[in-house]
Amino acid sequence: MNGRTVLTVAALTLVEAARRRVLRALAALTVVLLGLSAWGFSELADTEVGTLTSGEAQLVASQVLNLVMFGLSLIAALGTAFLAGPTLGGEIESGIALAVLARPVRRSAVLLGKWLGLVAFGAGFVAVAGFAQFLVVRATVGYWPPQPVLGLAFLAGQTAVLLTLGLLLSTFLSPMASGVLAIGLFGATWIAGVVGGVGQALGNSGVAAVGTVSRMVLPTDGLWRAAMHAFQDPSALAQFGRAFDGFPFLSQATVSAVYLAWVLVWLALVLGVAGVTFARRDL
Amino acid sequence: MPAEDAAATAAALLAELPPSPAVWCSGLRKRYGRRTAVDGVSLTVGRGEVVGLLGPNGAGKTSVIKMLMGLVRPDAGEVLLLGRSARDPRARARVGYLPELFRYQPWLTAVEVLNLHVRLAGADVPPVQRRECLALVGLADRGADRVSGFSKGMQQRLGLAVALVARPDLVVLDEPTSALDPLGRADVRDLLLSLGVRGVAVLLNSHLIGEVERVCDRVVILDRGRIAASGTLAELLGRRELRMRLDGVDARAEARLAAAGRLTRSGDVFTVELAADLADAESAVPDLVADLVDLGVRVHAVEPGRISLEERLLDILRTGSPGDPR
Repeated sequence: MNGRTVLTVAALTLVEAARRRVLRALAALTVVLLGLSAWGFSELADTEVGTLTSGEAQLVASQVLNLVMFGLSLIAALGTAFLAGPTLGGEIESGIALAVLARPVRRSAVLLGKWLGLVAFGAGFVAVAGFAQFLVVRATVGYWPPQPVLGLAFLAGQTAVLLTLGLLLSTFLSPMASGVLAIGLFGATWIAGVVGGVGQALGNSGVAAVGTVSRMVLPTDGLWRAAMHAFQDPSALAQFGRAFDGFPFLSQATVSAVYLAWVLVWLALVLGVAGVTFARRDL
Repeated sequence: MPAEDAAATAAALLAELPPSPAVWCSGLRKRYGRRTAVDGVSLTVGRGEVVGLLGPNGAGKTSVIKMLMGLVRPDAGEVLLLGRSARDPRARARVGYLPELFRYQPWLTAVEVLNLHVRLAGADVPPVQRRECLALVGLADRGADRVSGFSKGMQQRLGLAVALVARPDLVVLDEPTSALDPLGRADVRDLLLSLGVRGVAVLLNSHLIGEVERVCDRVVILDRGRIAASGTLAELLGRRELRMRLDGVDARAEARLAAAGRLTRSGDVFTVELAADLADAESAVPDLVADLVDLGVRVHAVEPGRISLEERLLDILRTGSPGDPR
């Protein structure tokens, strides 16, 4: 009974994402970003890259790709965080949840179904938009990231982390507040990651710890850095890397298996807490 | 095979037991902060029975319903739905519910909303029956339209279809006609009566006392979180009274009137509160009138009166106790 509920609600969430305006907004933003990046990369190919060595050109392409991918990940984060809030908190507020939860279903199954649907939607968006971006970069400057699938998987993971946080917040906050708070925390973690990178470059362990701690508390930034690492050219970074210590759009290292295990534990913990909060809530 | 015999005997005994009530709850309590919303409510809805829940705003009616449906966690008390503890979601497999706040996924069509609820209920309802269900609430030609384009009244009709679609044995309706026009209200009344006939138990929360009086077998009156009174309409409304304008009343006629029930007189108007054993007898009034005419009394007017549920409800709520039925 629970399995059927999970799949039914997951399918319903995908239909919701597809039919709400948020999908059209996401598609429009993505097309704008892809168009702008195509223009920018072609300009880069025409002017800058011509005067650079091949190693420098790869490094520039890596940086700009990471910059654009950051834009994409931001769109994915905004889209899913603002979907996660309304789909749970909004339904509690409007009363849609009353009729659904009065059925012979467990609230945890409904929550898991929503989570699965949102993860599928976020991952699908990241895969399609990210792959389109790779094609744009390849057509314009001839650069192809070394580990495209792994990088996109990390980005999808980042989206999953943020929407899980959004779901947790929407079990006790209003939909808008949960969306805003999730995005705010996402931004704060990114800034903390940049601060930590600067600390590392300066050899200041106290400042560097800011990044490490924030990456543990909310693993979006850790996954984002792993994704960047998979997108950028490793030989170019090895050649010029030291000069770019602390630069926010190049990653010095990928993530460890222990960190990835922590991300899984984090997801299970947050989803579990969301399940308990949702189950105890009076509607 | 003694074991098989014993099992067969047990099965036969079980089959002979009366079915468990559609709703049974005992000692339900709920506090919101410092305010006690529901304070020790116990009630039962039998199979096939139509029970009305009445009471002023804030009496705790919707809180009781939400506790029955597992949407609000009671601080204390037990709920059984169709014989199964309400803590188990499966207790709601054959229960239909129309919430007071009725909203359905605006991005789905009416048919898709019904399909969703049929799947969630785990019921096997063929598409023909789903369409019949929409037709029953007057939405036959709107099945393919998105809910976002529905008026409030149409959403409430859709809510009724959602409550009825998975072939429920119990239907819980919280203010089912709040957004409906008079025609829609009449439709819902007919629908409720037909549910009762089909043996579907109904718990109806409604402000419309006339509606409750017409369709309910029994009424539970809530006030400030407690049950102020409950019973069948006959029990709650008490005895019928008869007001007559008469002249030529002599001692014998007066004795005949007094034999029918407690007599009060004001000028030529005689009011008889019919005794309990006569109140429901079809022939009580014509017999009395015939006897009075035989005794030479001139009968100008006979007005049978029944204390309305509204009067009774106001009486209970104002005095704070059920008191004696008039």
